Amino acid sequence: MTMLQGDNAWWWPFVFIALAGWLPTDLWRWAGVALGGRLDETSRWLVLVRCIATALVAAVIGNLVVHPQGPLATLPVAVRIGALAAGFAVYLATGKRMIFGILAAEAALVMGMVATAT
Amino acid sequence: MRECYARIMSSAFPREPVQTDEPTGSAGRWFLRGARTALSLPGLILCGAFIGFGAIARDTGLSLAEAMFMTAIIWALPAQIVLLGAMASGASLPAAAIAVTLTSVRLMPMVVAIVPEMRTGRTRRWVLYLLSHFVAVTSWVLAMERFRDVPRERRTAFYGGIGSTLIAAMLVVLVIVYGTAAALPPLAAAALVFLTPAYFLFSLWSSARERASHGAMLGGMALGPVLHPVLPGFDLLAAGLIAGFAAFAFHVLTSRAEGGR
Repeated sequence: MTMLQGDNAWWWPFVFIALAGWLPTDLWRWAGVALGGRLDETSRWLVLVRCIATALVAAVIGNLVVHPQGPLATLPVAVRIGALAAGFAVYLATGKRMIFGILAAEAALVMGMVATAT
Repeated sequence: MRECYARIMSSAFPREPVQTDEPTGSAGRWFLRGARTALSLPGLILCGAFIGFGAIARDTGLSLAEAMFMTAIIWALPAQIVLLGAMASGASLPAAAIAVTLTSVRLMPMVVAIVPEMRTGRTRRWVLYLLSHFVAVTSWVLAMERFRDVPRERRTAFYGGIGSTLIAAMLVVLVIVYGTAAALPPLAAAALVFLTPAYFLFSLWSSARERASHGAMLGGMALGPVLHPVLPGFDLLAAGLIAGFAAFAFHVLTSRAEGGR
């Protein structure tokens, strides 16, 4: 915990956050503007980029459910996946109404939590 | 019957007003519409995620000012969590920067995808560079979903409204989290954290432009967790590239079969 406690100057964490957090993050965003500025909206390459971006976010979703950190990690993996699947089924069945999907997923999660706790 | 049901539901949960009959309206007005779009269900769900982040940051020993600075300047939750972990374990600055670089690569294709939708012939370069800072999953998904109802020349103002409102709201959330001492009961905490993947899944599915994106989603969702233990640090990138290219190949093949659109 040398970073957060001890004899560092008060401004050091801010410099650390800026150099190790902000710069590596916004450099990618700026690279995206430089690249995206050259692509036409109807370009076929844009479909590829969109597919990759979508798959990346989907991988984040998968990891949040299968390899979570924090309070979800104590639940069986089957409960987490089952709850998301149940929510997705309800979302599709209700004509893609997000609110119903979320309510169903949460209800399934809570039921799973209660069922596995006993 | 189904139509009636849909109407009742849409009045119970109104979406942002769709005003395609009124082509422009001032930039300020669209900025405010963007702000209002941000203060909706997705914004509420992001609040849940940031309550979680605030709790972790507080437990790690970050001050409120540092947590707020980190949120405003990075504005990408996975990168923030990674940086927090690096700071807590006393990692060196280069090591932390490399870890953040790897989690933030995913933002580049997201920016590449959104920029052509906001740009007009007269859009200034610096506006796009400035707005790119707002690109993170929630604002990106919201914008990709709503842009079709926003006149093209007002999309930058609209996106500016979404992004700045979301950041401001999350800073308020952090102030509140740091101000409350009590920890959440585990059941509530788990339910709150689970909002994020559920919301991401449904909104990403709704915002898909072509069928290939749905394929990319299913592929990425399956590959991410599989690759996570095998390629730590590179799992998201690898899953995105493999599932993205596969879905694109599917798109090229099927659109050719349909007569090459």
